[in-house]
Amino acid sequence: MIIDRRNFLRITGLSLGAGALYRVAPALASDGPAGQLARAQAKANGEAVTPFSFVQLSDTHVGFSGPPNPTGTAAFERAVAMVNRLDPPPDLILFTGDLTHDSQAPGVPATRMRRFREIAADLRVTEHHLVPGEHDAGLDGGALYREHFGETSHAFDHKGVHFIGLDNVSRARPEVGPAQLAWLRQDLARFPRTAPIVLFTHRPLFDLKPEWEWFTRDGAEVMKLLEPFENVTVLYGHIHREDTHQVGAVRHLAARSLVFAFPDPAQVVDKKPLAFEPERPFRQLGLRVVHAGPGPAPRAATVACDEIELTLREHSGTEGFAQLLRPTSLAPGDPP
Amino acid sequence: MTRLARGLGRLATAAVAAAVLAAVDGSGAEPPAVIAISAHRFEFSPAEVTLERGTPVILRLSSQDVTHGFYSRPLGLDELIEPGQVLEVPLTPKDAGRYTVICDHFCGAGHGGMKMTVTVR
Repeated sequence: MIIDRRNFLRITGLSLGAGALYRVAPALASDGPAGQLARAQAKANGEAVTPFSFVQLSDTHVGFSGPPNPTGTAAFERAVAMVNRLDPPPDLILFTGDLTHDSQAPGVPATRMRRFREIAADLRVTEHHLVPGEHDAGLDGGALYREHFGETSHAFDHKGVHFIGLDNVSRARPEVGPAQLAWLRQDLARFPRTAPIVLFTHRPLFDLKPEWEWFTRDGAEVMKLLEPFENVTVLYGHIHREDTHQVGAVRHLAARSLVFAFPDPAQVVDKKPLAFEPERPFRQLGLRVVHAGPGPAPRAATVACDEIELTLREHSGTEGFAQLLRPTSLAPGDPP
Repeated sequence: MTRLARGLGRLATAAVAAAVLAAVDGSGAEPPAVIAISAHRFEFSPAEVTLERGTPVILRLSSQDVTHGFYSRPLGLDELIEPGQVLEVPLTPKDAGRYTVICDHFCGAGHGGMKMTVTVR
């Protein structure tokens, strides 16, 4: 059966919103037009996307103590408990930086990194992928981070999706730097333009709010390298609030923090954390769950989210991953 | 002496003074004012300066502790201030407004709030 692009887009259009990927995903495994396209995409990419989900956690700032959040690591620990209740469990956990809050006191940064690892070790999901934030790696070029967590950037493949962890903090300024750009160029060279790519990093790779240091100086160069690819999602932290930003075919999704929240920069002049509310200690903190189809997404009902305001971002997450279903370079009628 | 005559007299005095200054620096223009700005964790001092649109100034930057950034895209400022060095940065603001200059070189736990304001009239 030949499917035209308009028809396919109608399907993905339905995928935006509640339960979206859940609805579209089964079609990918069927003999229908979407399944035909999925097979063509798998052929082009060398590997089909098979069902899985993953969790992004960000900005845990272990060691932070202050008025914006006097509860320390409570939100992080609760998030770990929530992730452990996800059914089915996610395959991966991504941490997008500021794992710890920095300190100039001798030995304290290492103690905080060990504490982070202790809390993260309670996750039943054992495959963790991390990138540093400036609080982890901005003062020493990432030396201590490497001792505890390994390289500050890395790439891996998982069930048909290529993941890239990018370091835009350890040069102290908000930048990736020429060496990492060269590495990224080389890493991407082996992939066809239809390959699904998830890039995760700490700071936004676009100019979200430069006067709040919400940008990456050479972020445009990163995105230029990704420009040929049709299925790119960028996940990041740093801004301690949700944000969704579309540039061309790329969707940038920010995670909430697990320690305190920042306000909407469009609404306020000064960058100051939102005030702590004792009656709602975890307001605007939480985690993001992204589901990569096909297959059903984890059900919110399996997560107790009455205490933490959970960012169960199946919906915006599937918007991001809806891009995986946009085979714009696959000609209509390509053989499966 | 009439008001007009007094005015002409002041103008003449100003003209002579300008001519003397021009003779001193040889350029025919007054040297730009120098504004010293000191950076230290996690503040710039002064935290606010006011400039005149179109009037050149020299920003004399120094750090009292570690490396700091000095960054404002709309003002065209993008400097690294190393401790022990003095950096002179010429600036001629083009447009009136309030601009935020940030430290964009991570300097510690309070780095995220290290900024100053430049008001251009």
